[in-house]
Amino acid sequence: MRYIGKKFLTLIIALLLISIVVFLAFSILPADASIAKLGQNATPERIAALRAEMGLDRPVLVQYWSWLTGAVRGDFGTSYQYTGTGVASLVGGRLGTSAVLSLISLVMVVVISIPVGIFGAKRRSVAGRAAMTTLVHITMGVPSFFLGILITYLFSLVLKWFTIGKYVSPAEDLSASISYLVFPAIAISLPKIAMTVKFLVSSIRAELHKDYVRTAYAKGCSRNGVFYGHVLKNSLVPVITFLGIIIAEIVAGSIVVEKVFSVPGIGLLLVTAISNRDYPVVEAVVLLIAVVVIVINFLVDVIYQIIDPRVKL
Amino acid sequence: MKKNRNYSLIIGLVITGIMLALALTALFWTPYSTTGMSLTLKFAPPSWAHPFGCDNYGRDILSRVMQGIGTTFLVSASTVIFGMIVGSVIGFFAGYFGGWFDEVIMRINDVLNAFPSILLALVFVSFLGSGLMNIILALGILFIPSFARIARSEMLRLKGLQFVQSARLSKAGTCRIIFAHIMPNAYIGILASAAVGFNNAVIAEAGLSFLGLGVQPPNASLGRMIDEAGSFLMQAPWYAIFPGVTIIILVLGVALISDGVNRMD
Amino acid sequence: MKHFVTFWLVIAIVTAAALTVYGGTSTDNEASDSVVVGISQDIDSLDPHNADYAGTREVLFNLFEGLVKATSDGNIEPAVAQSYEVAEDASSISFTIREGITFHDGTPVTAEDIQYSLERYAQIQGSESAFADFKELEIAEDGTVTVILNEPNTEFIYELTCAILPKANEENINSAPIGTGPFKFVSFKPGESLVVEKYENYWKEGFPYLDQVTFKVETDVDAAINQLNAGTLDIYQYLTADQAATLNDHFNILEGSVNYVQGMFLNNAVKPFDDVRVRQAVYYAVDRDLINEFLFAGKSHIIGTNMIPAAEFYYNADTETTYTHDPQKAKELLAEAGYPDGFEFTITVPNNYAPHEGTAQIIAESLAEVGIKANINLVEFNTWYSDAYVDRNYEATVVAVDGKLAPNSWFAKNISTAPNNFTNYSNPEFDEVYEKALAEIDLDQKAVYYKQLQQILADDAASIYVQDPANLVAVNADLEGYVFYPISAQDMSVVKFID
Repeated sequence: MRYIGKKFLTLIIALLLISIVVFLAFSILPADASIAKLGQNATPERIAALRAEMGLDRPVLVQYWSWLTGAVRGDFGTSYQYTGTGVASLVGGRLGTSAVLSLISLVMVVVISIPVGIFGAKRRSVAGRAAMTTLVHITMGVPSFFLGILITYLFSLVLKWFTIGKYVSPAEDLSASISYLVFPAIAISLPKIAMTVKFLVSSIRAELHKDYVRTAYAKGCSRNGVFYGHVLKNSLVPVITFLGIIIAEIVAGSIVVEKVFSVPGIGLLLVTAISNRDYPVVEAVVLLIAVVVIVINFLVDVIYQIIDPRVKL
Repeated sequence: MKKNRNYSLIIGLVITGIMLALALTALFWTPYSTTGMSLTLKFAPPSWAHPFGCDNYGRDILSRVMQGIGTTFLVSASTVIFGMIVGSVIGFFAGYFGGWFDEVIMRINDVLNAFPSILLALVFVSFLGSGLMNIILALGILFIPSFARIARSEMLRLKGLQFVQSARLSKAGTCRIIFAHIMPNAYIGILASAAVGFNNAVIAEAGLSFLGLGVQPPNASLGRMIDEAGSFLMQAPWYAIFPGVTIIILVLGVALISDGVNRMD
Repeated sequence: MKHFVTFWLVIAIVTAAALTVYGGTSTDNEASDSVVVGISQDIDSLDPHNADYAGTREVLFNLFEGLVKATSDGNIEPAVAQSYEVAEDASSISFTIREGITFHDGTPVTAEDIQYSLERYAQIQGSESAFADFKELEIAEDGTVTVILNEPNTEFIYELTCAILPKANEENINSAPIGTGPFKFVSFKPGESLVVEKYENYWKEGFPYLDQVTFKVETDVDAAINQLNAGTLDIYQYLTADQAATLNDHFNILEGSVNYVQGMFLNNAVKPFDDVRVRQAVYYAVDRDLINEFLFAGKSHIIGTNMIPAAEFYYNADTETTYTHDPQKAKELLAEAGYPDGFEFTITVPNNYAPHEGTAQIIAESLAEVGIKANINLVEFNTWYSDAYVDRNYEATVVAVDGKLAPNSWFAKNISTAPNNFTNYSNPEFDEVYEKALAEIDLDQKAVYYKQLQQILADDAASIYVQDPANLVAVNADLEGYVFYPISAQDMSVVKFID
């Protein structure tokens, strides 16, 4: 319990640190946030007026505090780009899409990489191992957007399994939405599957070399019995931590892949907002992603602790 | 003992060596100019004169791939070296001193780690502007945390060992202990993750190029070439395939080296 | 062991079930006549008075109208007004409001709405704009309205294409805009799409044909081409010849003109471009035909000044040949200007239109022949807008500038004191002729002045004007009626399905 408490404290500190970094990065560096909004019609008087309206003339600490308290309540201000549109509604409208996409990708990673990893770990022939290693490395080496382009051509334009661009949001029709998102999810998860397989194989092999395995064999336990009863269980424990990292990677992968498949998710919003210099939106999205990743890592730590109480900070 | 050759390392070194040789050659010589355009060669398919074919401006793809390997190598290697040096030093000191210093460094590390790499790179590039140096800087900062973490754990492992203890007892300076006693023993772990970092950098650079924030034209980078070629997959598949396969082979080579290095200890 | 197998069995079944569901859902709800138009630029505002982007004006053309509106042949026709009359001294224009015309919410258009709209537009545009000549709107007893100008201006009628909005909707202008156009607003998802539907009571009988139009934002051309091929998009503009070639046969490729002046604009205030000889040398070094050939298979119109050929009456075609591709002459001019070994500079290129990047690459390659090294800096459109266009912090930039129906709109940017003179061009003779042209009431004499302005820009090599790019539009082969406008407009009211 003490461990979890301590982890929770670090979680809070990390979240605060992130909010400061994100806020400073976007509110201080681009001093021309008001100019970005006014564009061509910027005159000194109009800039001054707008700065006052946007609250940019207040001390930094005050600005940070009002932004943070707003953020906690889910109020991230209004977008520069889309006049009168709240950042929260902009982000909120796309949250479901990205959540579903990430979830499908994660399920794919788990469902595919574990059996493949087990299969791979049990191969003993040199040729089998070499083929496995090569395949894993090649899959890891394909940039996900390139994979996305290939998938689009194969499944949409040649096989016509889905219609590129005809995306429906999960709120309108969940099954139709999922059936579209499966394809970007493949592009996101394939390299991650390779990474997980590689990790799992080495984890299982390390476990197989431990003394208790040899003892179990010596006692006459069946090969599969030892493998599924003990080895697999033990070697899956570090994989949980690894999956925490994979989730962060999936979120990152979706930023690029959403663009290829024209999926209006958080990632695409971020890329557009960066190019539009729509800082309130960028701040909100960056903060959101960072919080999700940190909280997931916290949960992974906690789960890890429950499964394997030996772990100490 | 059975003689077990380290095939991964050998093959990896050969592949990477060839790639590096191609990149170095491109500094002095390429079969054709990397920017020379020709209307008649627009989308020329692979032939003896142009083994990889030509792109939408009639430029020789082989020459551009050679140059692209160099760019990709430069970005990835500089990034990893930057991240490795800064990260290791931070990690060593954090691990050596421990206490609140360690705590603060590792918390900042966690925060940096919480940002998916491409996200942070995007944010950096949106401030600094795109361009070779800025990409190296942005990606380099990204790699600091992972190296710091590894260096720190290596330090924690080695700190308790006999030879470090005796060095401490003989009143050797902190820097001397870190650089003369610990570094030489920690390098394998760090090198293995350098290889992983290199590959991540290759992929990240390609991703940035795709989002239009990478290396500037007319300079060729492998990521940029694939991005540009994406439009012409039906007309000129060779435009995408050759840079694509090159990236995959490049990553494969470095990954095999990393496997081989891991197997050494 | 058992648990393990059961676990995977369950997973496998769920996956299979999900895939079956997915295979079974193919929703086709294209019962009514609806069309999806891909647009290459994000929509920056639903408020027509505040919309800066050309891409936004293209779309909003379908929702809003002014007292008069543009026609596809570059003229104007009455819209909210039934008829109009320009006073002989060009100092006022009077309008009769169209009988029975209503806004999308069914309320009639009143003189007060018109007054509100013009005053609002004047205030937003500011005192430096072409609309600054607007003084006030006089409302007569019989319902006619008269626009009073500060000084005579024969081209002011073109400015009155600005949207007429209901005063009562001021609050909702950004969320639920109302106009008088052929289509009315349904929904807007920022960065995704704008959906509009047929306005049943549109004043022009029989129009529009389509029941619903979705404008889908697709800034990535590769993604757009995939979606055209997959049947998601019906119409997409601004394709290059290479891109159009990748489309399947379910599309007609219509060839029009973008009606922009595309070229490499030079910052006349920075070295070495402050020297006219250097600018001329660059012009001689650039091979415009090569750019046209590479990017548009020769379908663009090569130009030599800041005007589009579509403005036939005012266009000076002689400027097209003021410069030819002549590297030798370029070298001589460079030597004369003190740069015998060339120099190095950076071309800033916004990434909103793929041919810009291609143009920059080809220019860089041809400049290398005469010893000039051009670096390319590809930036986001918004970065370009604030750094290059607003702050004028650049050396050269490949971009396209647009204009409006009024011929002066093509030259106003080159007035030395103009707030949007982003090339820092300055020539007293030019300013003088411009003033004369604006004040001139006789159209033939006006054309003479405008042609003179074009020649001055060409002789000064103010910028490297390259082409009015070909606009290749992919249109679903089931559709007909698509027309090109000489301004930023995609008129969906005339498009219909072939019976």
